[in-house]
Amino acid sequence: MYHLFLVCVGAALGGMARFLLSGFIGRRFGETFPWGTMVVNVTGAFAIGVVADAVMRYDMPAVWAFAITGGLGSYTTVSSFSLQTLALVREGDWLRAGGNVLLSVGLTLAAAALGLALAGLWIGESP
Amino acid sequence: MKRRTEPRPGRTALPGRSAERRLRRWKINDTLLLYAAVAAGSMIGAALRAFASLGSAALWGDGFPLGTLLVNVVGSFLIGFYATLTGPDGRVFPGARQRQFFMAGFCGGLTTFSMFNLETLMLARGGELLAAGLNVGISLPSWLAAAWLGHILAMRLNRLRGSER
Repeated sequence: MYHLFLVCVGAALGGMARFLLSGFIGRRFGETFPWGTMVVNVTGAFAIGVVADAVMRYDMPAVWAFAITGGLGSYTTVSSFSLQTLALVREGDWLRAGGNVLLSVGLTLAAAALGLALAGLWIGESP
Repeated sequence: MKRRTEPRPGRTALPGRSAERRLRRWKINDTLLLYAAVAAGSMIGAALRAFASLGSAALWGDGFPLGTLLVNVVGSFLIGFYATLTGPDGRVFPGARQRQFFMAGFCGGLTTFSMFNLETLMLARGGELLAAGLNVGISLPSWLAAAWLGHILAMRLNRLRGSER
């Protein structure tokens, strides 16, 4: 129950941060390509790599619930990614749609791997 | 004696200024309420996601991240459905707050890209390269197909008795 509470608090913060950042980037750089969602997902992937590495070393279930399941889980989004890719396809813009899929998956996986690796370096190999 | 009946342009009298202030306060309140709606939706979505991943681990074990796949597919379907149902040609007209509560809040909180990344990398790190590849290869098409299916269903609904309006 305590962990569910932590998930909810983290999710509220993560969801608002996503709404703020993706809205800001969308207004700044235009809505033709979903840069806002991409930036949110890539930064969230990097952060989850760092936090997951630290949490797995020290076994902190409360931090996992708050920051990973709640905060970063809610900060990043698949639904907007799907909706925006679908919108590009419906406009016939297959190049941007394909680019969005490939860039999103490639960059987020690379960012998460980088986060895991950097956290390993920062924290040190042995706990 | 001449009296000005309308205020000079560019300069507002005192009642006008207080109306302006009221408008600004109303705008701030509106923004705060919009953020509160997003936060509330995110909480509900994330709690459901947490239950889904617990449930899938209990039902099918944690060999393959089915819980994350499930919430992402369901969230993509729901946002595709809702966006078209409430879109320009849609038959439902919610306010901006309700729309963002559901789309940015609930669907955004329910779905997660970062957990998908982490679980894929963990599978790869554990030497299960096939499972990691399958996770990517199954997830992406099924998210997009789910959003498309939601969109198609909502279009059908929008066309039903559409001539009445």
